[in-house]
Amino acid sequence: MTDRNEMFEKMKGLIEPFNKKGAELSDETTFAGDLEWDSLTVMDFVAEVEDEFDIIITMNMQAEIEKVGQLVDAVMKLAE
Amino acid sequence: MTDLFSKFDPLIQQREELLSTGVTDPFSLVMEEVKSPTVAICNGKETILLGTYNYMGMTFDEDVIAAGKDALEKYGSGTTGSRVLNGTYQGHKECEEALREFYDMDHAMVFSTGYQANLGIISAIAGKGDYVIIDIDSHASIYDGCAMGNAETVPFRHNDVEALEKRLKRLPADAGKLVVLEGVYSMLGDLAPLKEMVRVSKEAGAMVLVDEAHSMGFIGENGRGVCEEQGVIDDCDFIIGTFSKSVGTVGGFCVSNHPKFDVMRRVCRPYVFTASLPPSVVATAATSIRKLMHGSNKRAHLWENSKTLHGGLKALGFELGTETPQSAIIAVIMPDLAKGAMVWEALLEEGLYVNLAIPPATPAGMTLLRCSLCAEHTSEQVQDILGRFERAGKAVGII
Ligand SMILES: Cc1ncc(COP(=O)(O)O)c(C=O)c1O
Repeated sequence: MTDRNEMFEKMKGLIEPFNKKGAELSDETTFAGDLEWDSLTVMDFVAEVEDEFDIIITMNMQAEIEKVGQLVDAVMKLAE
Repeated sequence: MTDLFSKFDPLIQQREELLSTGVTDPFSLVMEEVKSPTVAICNGKETILLGTYNYMGMTFDEDVIAAGKDALEKYGSGTTGSRVLNGTYQGHKECEEALREFYDMDHAMVFSTGYQANLGIISAIAGKGDYVIIDIDSHASIYDGCAMGNAETVPFRHNDVEALEKRLKRLPADAGKLVVLEGVYSMLGDLAPLKEMVRVSKEAGAMVLVDEAHSMGFIGENGRGVCEEQGVIDDCDFIIGTFSKSVGTVGGFCVSNHPKFDVMRRVCRPYVFTASLPPSVVATAATSIRKLMHGSNKRAHLWENSKTLHGGLKALGFELGTETPQSAIIAVIMPDLAKGAMVWEALLEEGLYVNLAIPPATPAGMTLLRCSLCAEHTSEQVQDILGRFERAGKAVGII
């Protein structure tokens, strides 16, 4: 199992190309509020994460994920 | 008290900003008089209609109108009841019979709209623990069908066969899967690579539903849609369609060869808990569907119109949604919302109506002027349309 810090760093790397605002990234960073992503950016980013970890993040799960920390936890579970 | 409407403030503001530029409100146009499938009076002015989805021009067909009048007189103005109670008349059965013949399929079920057909079928067949896999550019009715059901929804990048295949492979092998595709995507007028998509879906053990709303009557040898044209109709488990485009009235349907299909009449809530279509509507639909079976001349003219308009707009320097004409929808891409609204208004002043499509309904935040051709547009009208586009585009300075 990947350790959480490692996963967080990996996620940061994936977020960076979409981080047009150059927002500071922490567990508490929100996708809609801090990163100001619209639904299209979210879809592109999710596809990227799915392919990186060979997982599926359904729309139902996406609806529950608002912060970077929540995404890290969800992906760790899915990639187990 | 919290005003529940405050969440709409950004939307209200977007509209106010648009209207403050002095542009006519693009979403409150009134057709004062309708003269034919291609001409109406708007703001007192004779206007060519190029944004109606009335592809086959059936709305003023003599036989269609006669059938509607006859049914109105014989059966009255409405059924006042659900299909499963007092709302199934002879005409509803005949309409379903016409659909079975049109598609050469065992079962047909008529809904009150195409929106409800997607809502009902998708939410009913994909239940808890199942997966619905959809293209991200899917129509709102498909998204809403997913939201209403209890299945997990998995979106994939528009028309990307590999993205679909990868996602299918990641899902549990034994889970129930429904892949929902559209033949023609209505925003850009592009076709889905159904041949490959249906193949990878079947390989993954998924059932396939194809929404052929924008292809009925003119794509495929018998007008059954893109799935017929690409030779995969026999592998499509469900086809959804609408009467509100080529058929020229209102209503929706699903056709299928699934042996147990009839149970849908009891489990689709948007079928059970709403009134059925008025007798005149199903009579016009049935007559229109039967005429569409023999519409090859009209079909050829519709294609000619689409090709001429696509080629002409491209030559004028407009940016279009597809490189080549793929369907009867031609989307002209505008640089931004303000310019889009200005060109839309200039066209209306020229006496030409097209659909203005703006985010979030459009892919990638685009503003589009969507043109849909009709088999009843004459070649002269198409030339006229090109002239009007040229003047409007130049007046706004986008070509
Ligand atoms: C792809 C697609 N599916 C379904 C519908 C809904 O059809 P209806 O107008 O019958 O509700 C539409 C049209 O609005 C559509 O474009």
